[in-house]
Amino acid sequence: MEGLLHQVFAGLANGAIYASLALALVMIYRVTHFVNFAQGELALCSTYSAWALIEAGASYWVAFVVTVALSFAMGVVIERVVIRPASRAPALSVVIVFIGLMVALNSVAGWIFGYSTLSFPSPFPAEPPFGNHYIGSHELGVIAVTLGMLGLLYVFFRFTTLGLVLRAVADNAESSRLVGIRVERMLGLGWGLAAAIGAVAGIMIAPIVFLDPSMMSGVMLYAFAAALLGGIDSPIGAVVGGFIVGVLENLMGAYVIGTELKLTVALVLIVVVLVVKPSGLFGQPVAARV
Amino acid sequence: MSLLALAGLSAHYGCGPVLHGISLDVAAAGVSVVLGANGAGKTTLLRAVCGMIAREGTVEFDGARIDRMATPDVARLGIAHVPEGRGTFPNLSTEENLRLGACSRRGPRDRRAIASLFERVYQYFPKLAQRRRQQAGTLSGGEQQMLALGRALMSSPKLMLLDEPSFGLAPLVVEELYRIMRDINADEHVGILLVEQNAAIALDLADQVYLFETGRVVMAGPPKDLRGDEALRRVYLGY
Repeated sequence: MEGLLHQVFAGLANGAIYASLALALVMIYRVTHFVNFAQGELALCSTYSAWALIEAGASYWVAFVVTVALSFAMGVVIERVVIRPASRAPALSVVIVFIGLMVALNSVAGWIFGYSTLSFPSPFPAEPPFGNHYIGSHELGVIAVTLGMLGLLYVFFRFTTLGLVLRAVADNAESSRLVGIRVERMLGLGWGLAAAIGAVAGIMIAPIVFLDPSMMSGVMLYAFAAALLGGIDSPIGAVVGGFIVGVLENLMGAYVIGTELKLTVALVLIVVVLVVKPSGLFGQPVAARV
Repeated sequence: MSLLALAGLSAHYGCGPVLHGISLDVAAAGVSVVLGANGAGKTTLLRAVCGMIAREGTVEFDGARIDRMATPDVARLGIAHVPEGRGTFPNLSTEENLRLGACSRRGPRDRRAIASLFERVYQYFPKLAQRRRQQAGTLSGGEQQMLALGRALMSSPKLMLLDEPSFGLAPLVVEELYRIMRDINADEHVGILLVEQNAAIALDLADQVYLFETGRVVMAGPPKDLRGDEALRRVYLGY
C-alpha cells in the first residue's frame, strides 16, 4: 500500500512537469495552429542557462528568475526570426522547420555544455516534509510550483486585457486585426510565455532526471501524450492530461511492464487517443461544413 | 470634405483583378451604400479599404492617406469593419467580445470610460445585456449581428464598414437592425459605408448610392436617381 501511494505521488510530481510542458504546447497551438516540436529543446537550453548561472555563483532563485526572463526573450526572438518567415509555407514545411530547430537547439546545447550528465540542485530540503513516508520535498515542491504557475496563467488569461487579447487572437486572428490588435506581436508574446513555462518545467525536472542534452526527449514524449489526451487545444485538458500521464506512467512502470518499457506507455497512449478520440478529453472536435 | 475618399482603387486576388479603379466617397457622418450582385466585388471593396488584401490606388481617410497601412493600424484610426459573416469571437463571451472592441480605441480606456461605452451599447442592444455571459458562438444570427455592431461601436469609430448586415436574417430582425443603425448614424455621427444585396432596405438609409458590376462602378448618385430610373430600378430593386 505504501509503495503504491509512493508511486502515485511520484507520478503526480512528474505529471506536473508534463502538464506545464503540455500547456506550453497548447498555448502555441492555440495561437498559431502549429505543434511546437522544439518545445523540449527550448526548455533544455533554459535549464542549461540556469545551471550556468548557478555555477557562476548566482543564488538559486536569482538564476530561476533570470532564466525565465531570458527564456521569454528567446521565445520572442525565435518566433520573429525563425517561425514567422516560415509561417506562410505549407504545413509540412513548417513541421520541418520545427524539427530543424529542435535538432539545432539540441546540438548547440551539447556543443556548449558537453554531453556528460550534470546534477542540478533542488531548492527544496532533502528530508521529506512533515516526516511523511510517501512524498519527498522536491516532488511536493514541483507540484506546488506548477499549480502556482497554472494559477497565475489562469488569472492572466481570465482577468487581464492582455490575456483577453491573446485569447482573441487564438479564437479569430482576422477579427483581431479588425479591432486593432497587432496579431504578430501577440504571437511573439505567446511564444515568449510558452518558452518561459518550459523553462520552469525544465528547472523543476532537472534534479529528478539529471541534466544532459537528451534530458527532454523522454519528458517531451510524455508531454505530447498529455496534450493529446487532454485535447491539443484545451489548457485544462493539458493539465489534467499531464497528471493522468504522470501517474499512469509510474504505475505501469512499477507494476505492469517495468521501467525499461515505460516510454512505450506514452507512444501507446498517443496512438490510442488518435484512433479512438482524436479531439482528446476536453478538446473541441473539428467539424467542417462541406 | 469627405470622411473617406477612394480614387482609382484596384485590388486582386491570386486569380485575377476583382476591383477596377473604383472611386467612391463617404461624407462625414454620411451613409454611402454599395449595391450589386454576388461577385460584384462589394466585399473585396471593404477588405481593400482596411488593408486585408493588396490594393493599388488611393484611400484617403480624414484627409490622410491610409492605402499603405496594415489592418490593425487602419482600425486604430477609427475605422470599424463589421465583416462578412459577422466576425465575432465565437469562444469568448458577449461581454468579452465587446471589451475587445474597445481594446485599442482612440481616446480613454480607463474603467469608467469602458463602463459608459458598455452602457451605451446595451442601450442600443438591450438583448446583448441579457446575453452578457453567453458564448458568442451560441447566439442567434440576429444577436451575433448586433454583437458585431456593438463591438464596432465600442471603438467609438468615425467610420463603420458594414458587410451585408441583413444576410441570413428574418425580415423583422433586419428591420430592427436597420432602425438601430439609423439611430447610431444620427446620434453618434458615425459615417457608414454599407454593402448590401437587400437594396430596398439599404436605400432608405443611404444618402449616396453606388452600383457595382463585376468590379466597376456603373452608376453613382443619390438614392432618388436610382428610384427614378425605371430600368435600374427593375434590375436592382425588383419592382
